Amino acid sequence: MIRLKVNGKNQQFDGDPDTPLLWVLRDELDLKGTKFGCGMGLCGACTVHVNGQPTRACLTPVSAVSNKSLTTIEGISPDGSHPVQVAWQELDVPQCGYCQAGQIMSACALLAKTPKPTDAEIDTAMNGNLCRCGTYLRIRAAIHKAAELTASNPAKPANSGAGANRLPRRGGNK
Amino acid sequence: MTIAKINRRSFLKVTALAGGGCMLGLYPKAAALAQGARPAAAPLLPADFIRIAPNGIVTLTAKNTEIGQNVLNTLPMLIAEELDVDWKDVKIVRADADNKYGPQFTGGSTATPMNWEPMRQVGAAGRQMLIAAAANTWSVAATECSTASGRVHHKASNRSLGYGELAAKAATMPVPDLRSVKLKDPKDYKIIGTSTISVETKDILTGKPIFGIDVTVPGMLYAVFQRTPVLGGKAVSANLDAIKALKGVKHAFIVEGRPLRNDYPNYLFEDPGFESGVAIVADSWWAAQSAREKLEVKWDFGKWGAQDSVENAKKAQELSQQPAARTLRQDGDVEAVFKRDDVKAIEGKYVIPFIAHGTMEPQNCTAHFKDGKLEIWTASQIPQNGRTMVAQLLKLPESDVTVHVVRGGGGFGRRAYNDLMLDAAWISRTVAAPVKLIWSREDDIQHDYYRCGGFQFMKGAVDKDGKLAAWHDHFVGYGEGNAFAHDGGFLPTEFPARFVPNYRVQSSVMPLGLKTGALRAPYSNSTAWVIQSFIDELAHAAGKDPLQFRLELLAMPPTDLAGRETGLDASRMTGVVKLVAEKSGWGKRTLPKGTAMGVAFHYSHRGYFAEVAEVTVNANKKIKVNKVWVAADVGSHIINPSSAETQVQGAVIDGLSGMIQEITLKNGAVVQSNYKQHPMLRMSQAPPQIEVHFLKTNNSPTGLGEPALPPILPAVCNAIFTATGERIRTMPMTKQGFSFA
Repeated sequence: MIRLKVNGKNQQFDGDPDTPLLWVLRDELDLKGTKFGCGMGLCGACTVHVNGQPTRACLTPVSAVSNKSLTTIEGISPDGSHPVQVAWQELDVPQCGYCQAGQIMSACALLAKTPKPTDAEIDTAMNGNLCRCGTYLRIRAAIHKAAELTASNPAKPANSGAGANRLPRRGGNK
Repeated sequence: MTIAKINRRSFLKVTALAGGGCMLGLYPKAAALAQGARPAAAPLLPADFIRIAPNGIVTLTAKNTEIGQNVLNTLPMLIAEELDVDWKDVKIVRADADNKYGPQFTGGSTATPMNWEPMRQVGAAGRQMLIAAAANTWSVAATECSTASGRVHHKASNRSLGYGELAAKAATMPVPDLRSVKLKDPKDYKIIGTSTISVETKDILTGKPIFGIDVTVPGMLYAVFQRTPVLGGKAVSANLDAIKALKGVKHAFIVEGRPLRNDYPNYLFEDPGFESGVAIVADSWWAAQSAREKLEVKWDFGKWGAQDSVENAKKAQELSQQPAARTLRQDGDVEAVFKRDDVKAIEGKYVIPFIAHGTMEPQNCTAHFKDGKLEIWTASQIPQNGRTMVAQLLKLPESDVTVHVVRGGGGFGRRAYNDLMLDAAWISRTVAAPVKLIWSREDDIQHDYYRCGGFQFMKGAVDKDGKLAAWHDHFVGYGEGNAFAHDGGFLPTEFPARFVPNYRVQSSVMPLGLKTGALRAPYSNSTAWVIQSFIDELAHAAGKDPLQFRLELLAMPPTDLAGRETGLDASRMTGVVKLVAEKSGWGKRTLPKGTAMGVAFHYSHRGYFAEVAEVTVNANKKIKVNKVWVAADVGSHIINPSSAETQVQGAVIDGLSGMIQEITLKNGAVVQSNYKQHPMLRMSQAPPQIEVHFLKTNNSPTGLGEPALPPILPAVCNAIFTATGERIRTMPMTKQGFSFA
């Protein structure tokens, strides 16, 4: 029996401990936001946070996260109000959207460590996340925007995790 | 001018290629085929697209498949505009596959041109019915009524009613003839031309389960399908009992499939093929995939089992040294020109590899066969055709097959092939349970409908005035007789045909045992690179500025198009070439050593695109694309500027990825298996600036999914030549030692 905390909630898994975390999240815990792209850690679509660190869930056996605290895309805010999510929405970042959960998770981890990253720092942090549709220019711009939004709310640094860094709800969004 | 006599089937194949928008020229036929066996003859009904709740909320139906091009928004935007409602009051639902919506065909950059009029007509017809309802309620003439923001007004008596209050009565009003409804004056547009954010963006950002791979059906099992690695191969036997004993596995069985056609069919509109293999069905996808590791299959690979890319390349070289099998087009006398001593002639061999689609979301499909009926969830780009094919395979009436269209994590043409619909339907019926079939990335890279490879043996000559005097291309491709492999041919009207007095394109083909098909900007995604690179070579041979050479070429009076041919309009192309020259500062900028600009243009999918790339190449042949300028003419309107810009930027980046990819065959099977062997551009490699300029012209709007892609490859290669003196004639460019930094 493997116990883990996902988005603040205690979960357990009693299947094969070698099962990749990705498939435990998607098919056992019904958290489908984390995506399957390659199964080899080459594309970043499966990026989650394990104790705050960006991690490729497709390469991580669930046994390796035993007793650890995980955050997935569903957990970085209850309602899309994380500054990264707000910036992504404002700048109309996604095209097909399939890579974006992974992009957002990597971006959140970057901003937690480096609140005002340079373009070069963004490249380094985000280079493991592929985007087949080519939204890289807007991703980069949105990271800068998220940094600005966070800087204008200095009491709430840009980490992920339930409860951290939520901006006031915006009305009238579709 | 002579054009080769080609039989009707190959004419359809050749003109089904995307060059110059022939897809559109085929629209009635393509549309009919997209809809499956019975093309809809009936006109569209507003009631099928518009529902208005009593509180005034308008629900519009999005008829095309959303694969990242924001058609989920843009087609309903057209309806909403003419219906005269505010976008904030609009909700959107997806259409199932149903002929009542007209052709639900997502591809060829046709959503805009095919729907620009029909969707506006649907909205206008709905508005007319609401006005009729109000006029009837007030006993006034409809001509005295006007609309704004979802309300009908009768100014004379200062009365108004909301659409919500009128909807029930409006539904009883006669449906106007869509062809005669009055459409808005574009100067009154409130929605068209605005950047509405996709209605699904929030769901994407919060990880909602909106993709095909996320579909869940109660009682669902999961499947993997190990298909024959070689075209036409058959699974003879397998260790099924051992597999069935593995944890979580519920079923394991051989799928015989159906014999594949050997005449290079168009898999897009005809049978996509139902291949042989072994299906493993389990209570979780991981259990099925893990069981596959232990699967042992005895295959009979048949006639394609020895196919090898190295051998194909040798064969191409031999064919190039023999007389060409066919002449596709011949104007003037190229041989006479090449014999003259007052021209400068150059030659070049261009090599185009096969490449794969590699959509970020691997192929998948969920099917539920129950009580003799079938329900399918798919992100198919041609769901109506898929429905017909599935019905045929399972010998069901189409009315017993329900196809739900879901969001696709990228299409690029791969999702236009409905092979997975057949596989999932078959597996579900076999195990009598709902089944979600998911491909691994390896399945996806190795069972594609690949962008077809080829070899182009070019020869051209410029005269003493530096004008293009002769152009010859012996295209060695794949196929047999008059048939090219699907989407692997050459277009007889491709530029510079018609603009150079002595022009000849010939072809020879060799057999191919690999499924090929439409990859974003089919045919153009490779041919534009060859043509615009060779034009550049000729410009340099003539000692002319490459941009100036192109403008002079476009200024040559073209010969007429014959019959149903399509070809580029020189004045529209000249417009974007001049615009991109202006925006990029072509010829006006001093660049450091190792940095240069390159230019290229291409006409495809009815769009006119001219692009300039500034690149820096270092001593290790590592390339940095510093900036790209794109000038585009897709007609009079851009429906959604933000979506349009990002489509163009994305297509540019996609095109660059094509410069570092290759699919090869060994022992009949595809060698490459995952993103490591078939990479795409990473963020650090993408040009940090891609400036997009739309030149609006008085032409009906056309699409943006594809036409921005073809010119970027030659623009970058032309810049590399200017910077280094080395011409890239083989893709992937890694074969010549180049790579992106």
